[in-house]
Amino acid sequence: MNGALSGANLAHIRKRRLKSQMFGALCGAAAFIAVAILLTLIGKLLVDGLNRVSWSFLTSMPSQMFPAKAGIKSSLVGSMWVMALTILFVVPLGVGAAIYLEELQTRENWFTRFVRINIANLAGVPSIVFGMLGLTLFVYVFGFGKSILTGALTMAILVLPMVILVSQEALKAVPKSFREASLAMGTTQWQTVRRVVLPNALPGILTGIILAAARAIGETAPLIVVGAVGLVTFLPDSVDDRYTVLPLQILDWAQHPRAEFKTAAAAAILVLIALLLVLNSAAIIIRARAQKKV
Amino acid sequence: MQISKILIPSAIALLMGTALIGCGPKGGESTEGTTGSTSGSSEKVSGELNIEGSGTVFPIAAAMTELFNGENPDVKVTVGKKGTGAGMEVFAKGESDIADASRPIKDKEIKALEDAGIEFIEMPIAYDGLCIVVSKENTWLQSITIDQLHKMWDANSTVKKWNEIDPSWPDAPLNLYGPTDAHGTFEYFNETVNGDGENTRQDYSQQAEYDPLIAGVAGDANALGYVGYAYVEQNLDKVRVVAVDGGNGPVEPNGDTILNGSYAPFSRPLMMYINKSKMESNPALKAFVNFALGPNAPEAIRASGYIPMPQETVDIVKAWVEGGNTGSKLSGAKGATLNDLFGAH
Repeated sequence: MNGALSGANLAHIRKRRLKSQMFGALCGAAAFIAVAILLTLIGKLLVDGLNRVSWSFLTSMPSQMFPAKAGIKSSLVGSMWVMALTILFVVPLGVGAAIYLEELQTRENWFTRFVRINIANLAGVPSIVFGMLGLTLFVYVFGFGKSILTGALTMAILVLPMVILVSQEALKAVPKSFREASLAMGTTQWQTVRRVVLPNALPGILTGIILAAARAIGETAPLIVVGAVGLVTFLPDSVDDRYTVLPLQILDWAQHPRAEFKTAAAAAILVLIALLLVLNSAAIIIRARAQKKV
Repeated sequence: MQISKILIPSAIALLMGTALIGCGPKGGESTEGTTGSTSGSSEKVSGELNIEGSGTVFPIAAAMTELFNGENPDVKVTVGKKGTGAGMEVFAKGESDIADASRPIKDKEIKALEDAGIEFIEMPIAYDGLCIVVSKENTWLQSITIDQLHKMWDANSTVKKWNEIDPSWPDAPLNLYGPTDAHGTFEYFNETVNGDGENTRQDYSQQAEYDPLIAGVAGDANALGYVGYAYVEQNLDKVRVVAVDGGNGPVEPNGDTILNGSYAPFSRPLMMYINKSKMESNPALKAFVNFALGPNAPEAIRASGYIPMPQETVDIVKAWVEGGNTGSKLSGAKGATLNDLFGAH
């Protein structure tokens, strides 16, 4: 009887092991497919576009007449304006809201609950909806027109929930004992937040801001709605100017019937990916260094 | 713009770093300066110019803008491609100076402009042809009539095989390819073939972009599709163009047949609609209109894959535009030539 039991057990163990191995193989295949798709994509882009990437590609205006000379100057500068202004708007709002929710209004009441639920929901709203909001609010109600200012404000509200949530996490990660020690010395809440909590939470907050910047560079749909335009023949010199952005330039070239523009599109995508990689790497490095310190 | 005034200084501080990528201050001059100095014969103008509308006309508008900016580097031009309909809406709000259009203005759009108190001038700028394409492996289809196309594409069409249209064609599935309803070409085709811009069967392969459409037709011996002439010209190594019989025998689309109207009914003019009062107050707009009907415009039109109007027509249109004539001659006009429409005012 004992032997029969152990025989059944052995078969059972073998079956479970087999299942486990299959599970491992399937997960491995899934990971491999994800990486293979990404590598194929980047490989194809490198083949198509790498020859086209050069300093003059970055510093020439787009050209309809001479595709070989076309560059991304106007769209790259436009993207930089939008990104810089977005960060300018979103940092005080996002970090301020996070500090309020985590440091000042720590007691749960209907208001904080309401704000929290809204932020969590906003983070899941499709970006095009923010575009419609921006069009109504900034273009028409506030009368900012289809300007860089409108584009950046729209992007700022788009990434705001993300910045708040990441900043909240960063603030939560600062040990409570730090705050208590500081307050026990007789400091005010302002002094504690500024001198103790914020410096410790800074790497996490910075990571969030950089990821938000990356999002602001990559988004296209809401900017088309609020007035980024296919072709601008000048560089913006104030926030009231019209503008174009890199993803829109890529879209334009990718849809063009002439093959030379496909190459330009591939090259522009490479530049965009390089920018995003730099931003994301910066976020990872900052996080890694912060973790080492703790 | 009170708020933006306050924001500018703070924004500039942040942009100091990022502007480096833009390479130097006011970089536009470094690239355009060379072309501007050579061809700047007439007096230069400055100002702003906003163009919005058809994606079909966009390449022409963009190419013209490029050459125009070579002569007038201080004009700030934006060119959008939201589509003819969306362009008309922006135009009726007074937000744009020019509306690009791949079809004549509609009655309801004229009404919207009247309600807004905007007078417009209609300016044809170039020609486009619509082409019927098949795979290079297709050996049986040399020409096609509008009636045959209607049988294939009508909303109520149940045709599934080639030999249902013509018994001499093979007993093979008929695979249809066309653009989505976002394209001006979609409306143009349906209006011409099925009598209504919206009237089409739904079970065809709908392509948002022309490249996959061309690729689809190229790889399918039983395919038939329609695209704009500009796209076909680039892809003659992949697909074959079929002659169209509009009632007077089969005609192949090319520069001549599209211009002289013998490639009927699939040749059409492309238009720009100009805001009249803005043209009177904005010298940049006036200069651009002159450019679009000037000696350098055909270069821009050809580079975009379209067909320039003959000089005779250009002169007639120019007289029409400079005379400040408002209203639409093309709306509802079927079969008449541009010379007749715009010459007899």
